[in-house]
Amino acid sequence: MNSTGLAPTPLAAVPVGPGRATALGLALLALAVLGLGLGASVGSTGLDSVLNARHDPVAWQIVWDIRLPRTLGAWLAGALLGLSGAVAQGLFRNPLADPFLLGSASGAALAVALAFAALGVSGMVSGSSGAALAQAASPALARLGLTGAAFVGALGGVLLTLVLAQGVQQTLRLLLAGVVVGYVLGAVRELVQLAQPDVLQAMQGFTLGITGFVGWSACAVMVAVLLPLLLAAWLLARVLDALTLGEDTARSLGLPLAPLRALLIAVLALGTGTAVAQTGLIGFVGLVAPHLARGLARSTHGPLVLLSTLTGGLLLMAADIAARLVIAPQELPVGVLTSVLGGLYLLWLMRQRTRAGRRA
Amino acid sequence: MTRRLLALLLLWAWACAAQAYDITDDTGHVTRFATPPARIVSVLPSLTETVCALGACERLVAVDRYSNWPAAVRRLPQVGGGLDPSVEAIAALKPDLVLMATSSRAGVRLRALGLKVLQLEPRTGADVRRVVVTLGRALGVAGAEALLQRIDADVADAANALPASARGLRVYFEVSPAPHAAGRGSFIGELMHRLGLVNVIGPEQGPFPRINPEYVVRAAPDLIMASQRSLIDMARRPGWAGMAALREQRTCGFDAEQRDVLVRAGPRIAEGARLMVQCVRQHLDKR
Repeated sequence: MNSTGLAPTPLAAVPVGPGRATALGLALLALAVLGLGLGASVGSTGLDSVLNARHDPVAWQIVWDIRLPRTLGAWLAGALLGLSGAVAQGLFRNPLADPFLLGSASGAALAVALAFAALGVSGMVSGSSGAALAQAASPALARLGLTGAAFVGALGGVLLTLVLAQGVQQTLRLLLAGVVVGYVLGAVRELVQLAQPDVLQAMQGFTLGITGFVGWSACAVMVAVLLPLLLAAWLLARVLDALTLGEDTARSLGLPLAPLRALLIAVLALGTGTAVAQTGLIGFVGLVAPHLARGLARSTHGPLVLLSTLTGGLLLMAADIAARLVIAPQELPVGVLTSVLGGLYLLWLMRQRTRAGRRA
Repeated sequence: MTRRLLALLLLWAWACAAQAYDITDDTGHVTRFATPPARIVSVLPSLTETVCALGACERLVAVDRYSNWPAAVRRLPQVGGGLDPSVEAIAALKPDLVLMATSSRAGVRLRALGLKVLQLEPRTGADVRRVVVTLGRALGVAGAEALLQRIDADVADAANALPASARGLRVYFEVSPAPHAAGRGSFIGELMHRLGLVNVIGPEQGPFPRINPEYVVRAAPDLIMASQRSLIDMARRPGWAGMAALREQRTCGFDAEQRDVLVRAGPRIAEGARLMVQCVRQHLDKR
């Protein structure tokens, strides 16, 4: 099999054997378990909750029902984003591809804004009865809840992109359609926010990305989605490898590109949709995780997808723990941290590349 | 012996059931209270203020980072903002009631952890009355009606303090420099109406419309009320410098503290009315 060929630095172009990737994967997994332990002991009440967990029911609740699920939830959401990111970058043969590229983020954000507006964030529409009225008018939305709305919106955004691109055949058309959908849905969201300024404020809680509200049920949902997606991505990795050689080559290898590509997009959409629904918009993890994974080991897409999943999980988990520490006892929204850290990493990567380029 | 014990137990259960009461919040959730809550976390300033105005300030154990009135709440621990509260910090305080806005996503999570949550979000004058009554019932205090009457009487006093010449004065009230105005449906608009002032924002515009800057220029208000920051911004808006109210400085710039009073739909709306009256009187004196 071939190396990914994503603008590799000349020295690192040699693909590593499966042994190294396995070792790395195990190391990342071990770090995640360590992180889970750390995540269980860090928070506004500090280590006391862990020490008292045995005889104090509230301390037990804090460790078992708040810290553990949110730490695991951060890992799972990060893993979903890392997986989607690796798929997106392989699919579009572009190291700058982001899992939100196909309109999932804007779709999710719009759906949440609509849900806020319909559920009467505020009942501002016509005073006190507004909320009740709006609720009666949209029982479906009420039942969906914000999480469901975000998920449906994310998938809707991707579907709209696919419709506009007239299928999955052309990469460039897909990307352009994704950009169009991103802008148009963003504009519609702006309109909703203009009509009801209150939605704007409520949306902040969503666009910032918060891991603090993840419970066990949300973790279960993410695990249930992550495992099949991981399997699918692993099985489809060969397609991504073939695609790095160009679409014509891939076709000449006898791969039925259209249905395989549709499957990959489904993986991408489900992965980002699930993560976004549970935590809101968390930037940069999906973009940076594959880069980090490639930095750890240059490999074919099979190991890369796994490594990127593990890296993404670890990244967001670390960010979640840091978010609790920075301004303790209060918390930072984790999305703010990932954006800052992710931006710094990309900048560093860029400088490294420039230097390597000069040396070569 | 056992029968008597059983009867006693039944009596006790009956007494408890009689005391227990249900409260329905703005999201439609029904919460049952066996006893009035004694450890309250409030993460919305207007609700914090209402709890204190109902005389239950000492039951608050924590607030959000924006709650700043009355002074006593500034000493309480802060558990984040209304939209991004720290679930852990709230749970650690073992509250028997959490008060928050309907727009906060944290409500679902806190309920899942077994905490009692009331989500209320006052916007209009009617909302303020409803929230005061609901909170009064939830807290098991008797002062809700009295508080409402006091607020009402204070607003009436404020209205009476305005000279007759102020009647019909056309006012533009800017809530934020977007610019968002206070429309007639908002509680600010309702206050203006009770003071006998005319809102230049038409009734068709909704409670807090984002308005076209041109609209205000054409409406040519007699008086502009806004935050100090908004006023600075206004001078820079194209076409606004020519507006008579700005040219002749018929404006009131409220500082941050005054703005909190004016834009929070809580128990201090009468104080907000007094601020407006003060503003109008200053303007009349100048004239």
